[in-house]
Amino acid sequence: MTDQSDRRINRRSVLAGGTAALLPLTVKADPLVVPDWSRVPGARLTPYGQPSPREALTTRSVAPLFGDIAPGIEAAFTPLERLEGVITPNGLHFARTHGGVPDIDPSQHRLLVHGKVGRNLTFSMEALARYPLVTRTCFIECSGNSFQHSLSQPRQMELGLTHGLFSTAEWTGVPLSILLEEAQIDPSATWLLAEGADSDAMSRSLPVAKAVKDCFVALYQNGERLRPEQGYPIRLIVPGWQGNLHIKWLRRLKAMDGPSHTRDETSRYSLLMSDGTAREFPFEMPVKSLIARPSYGQTLPGSGRYEISGLAWTGSGRIDGVEISIDGGKSWVSTRLDATPQEYIPVRFRYSWTWNGRPTILQSRARDTQGNLQPSHAQWKALYHPTQRFHCNAIQSWSIDEEGEIENVFL
Amino acid sequence: MSSSKAVVILCLLALPAWAAGPNLGVPVSPNDIKAWDIDIAPNGDGLPPGRGNAIQGADLYAQACRSCHGKTGQAGAADELVGGVGSLATPDAERTAGSFWPYAPKLFDYIRRAMPWDHPGSLSNDQVYAVTAWILAQNGIIAPDTVMDSDRLPKVRMPNRGGFFVEPRDRY
Ligand code: HEC
Repeated sequence: MTDQSDRRINRRSVLAGGTAALLPLTVKADPLVVPDWSRVPGARLTPYGQPSPREALTTRSVAPLFGDIAPGIEAAFTPLERLEGVITPNGLHFARTHGGVPDIDPSQHRLLVHGKVGRNLTFSMEALARYPLVTRTCFIECSGNSFQHSLSQPRQMELGLTHGLFSTAEWTGVPLSILLEEAQIDPSATWLLAEGADSDAMSRSLPVAKAVKDCFVALYQNGERLRPEQGYPIRLIVPGWQGNLHIKWLRRLKAMDGPSHTRDETSRYSLLMSDGTAREFPFEMPVKSLIARPSYGQTLPGSGRYEISGLAWTGSGRIDGVEISIDGGKSWVSTRLDATPQEYIPVRFRYSWTWNGRPTILQSRARDTQGNLQPSHAQWKALYHPTQRFHCNAIQSWSIDEEGEIENVFL
Repeated sequence: MSSSKAVVILCLLALPAWAAGPNLGVPVSPNDIKAWDIDIAPNGDGLPPGRGNAIQGADLYAQACRSCHGKTGQAGAADELVGGVGSLATPDAERTAGSFWPYAPKLFDYIRRAMPWDHPGSLSNDQVYAVTAWILAQNGIIAPDTVMDSDRLPKVRMPNRGGFFVEPRDRY
């Protein structure tokens, strides 16, 4: 007890060594006045609450990926640098589309379960809502997230644009195990084909072992029905695995005795190695952490104390710890976690840092319970073919100059 | 394989009583699912009747695909469909339908389900065979007059057929 508090006091005095950290106390605040908004009754309530117009910058960046030729192939990036906690508000959840957002009438939509089953079944949306539901908080990360981070030169852009094809929500839906059992899935069926009702009929293969372990057909996101961009009326949740597997606008599950090797698991979302071979079905999203504050686009107004805050997650087990370096990777210290890490739930890490005003580099690195540790940028690049862009979990480094300006650098 | 089967059976047996569904699935006949049952297996299972070769496919390609994929299947605004065979192990690896895709029937699958991007599902099966044949011929994988159908398409050996591997932890 005494030992610990002594250490804390010691560290604080060392970190606060300069006078800068104490400066704010000597600045005199303006006298307090009662503002106009407290003198008259305010606005009426609205049926669906909206964010403050003063937070209008907290939006997603939407990037068309093929310009005018295929306007419905887009990516909307979650503004990670502007959010706190771990849950992403529904309207800010990332989205990636390959054939636009279909306008589905739930009263006509059906989920078909067929293939190697005792009986082909269709489920209406009203029927699915009557099944026993499970609720689970989990992240979804696009297999192509951090694409910019996989390049050989760093790009200067906000954190969300670099790493924001990643979001977290509490999802509620029907376990696949119940639906597969009802259809009397054949024991010889080891894989499912999951297919969406969007115009490109997105399809992916999913092992039945994973499907019955923890996958479900989500109807609700953070308590409300799914939004169209997130797969309304139903999407697949495949906790911890490639985002592309979380098929939106789900219409079909086909039981099969092997994978279908669809375009999006061979041509896309496989990992090319330097020898020209490609790793197919790299299902689990690798361990990753990001410092969101401070990050590119923010400026440190001067030396003094700052709270470093960021997110860590893994598709393999649980987060086992997040370390931070305030000296460009020469030394690492552990951070404080907001919560006990759980499977597939990102964890917020924090570290109270006193900046001495000199240039430095901030980094974070996470470890998971499967023994995976985030690689440096150079180590990650060495693992793959130079043009390989998927599953980049290299350490993110923020270089801070004397002016407190922040730059993205690769180490 | 057998261990994952065991997991499946265990999980199904282990469903708690509360998790028994209300059995609201409605049986549907094999005939009534045809419009949705569109996937083609890598070995060609599911390929429909029909046929076409690259000579027929060339006209269709020019009308329905060229605007996005380029005159020769290269250097268009959308994905390159042609070229790069043998390039994957070089620093300038080009991943195209010809150089990277491991199974020819999956070309039929993808084109029929998703292309042309702005009018998916608009091609007849003969047309899909023909334009698939055109892509294969343009990549030098088959001759321009070789007819593709449900028998011959699965027999086409793609140059990168052996190019994919699965790590032990991803095997099911
Ligand atoms: C309006 C533009 C457009 C037209 C017309 C079009 N495509 Fe595409 N095609 C695309 C886009 C965009 C993609 C990438 C889709 C994605 O990433 O989701 C694509 C992808 C493909 C792919 C997958 C390539 C790969 O390596 O993964 C094939 C094969 C293909 N198209 C074939 C065709 C054929 C054959 C036609 C004509 C029948 C056609 N396309 C017409 C825009 C188009």
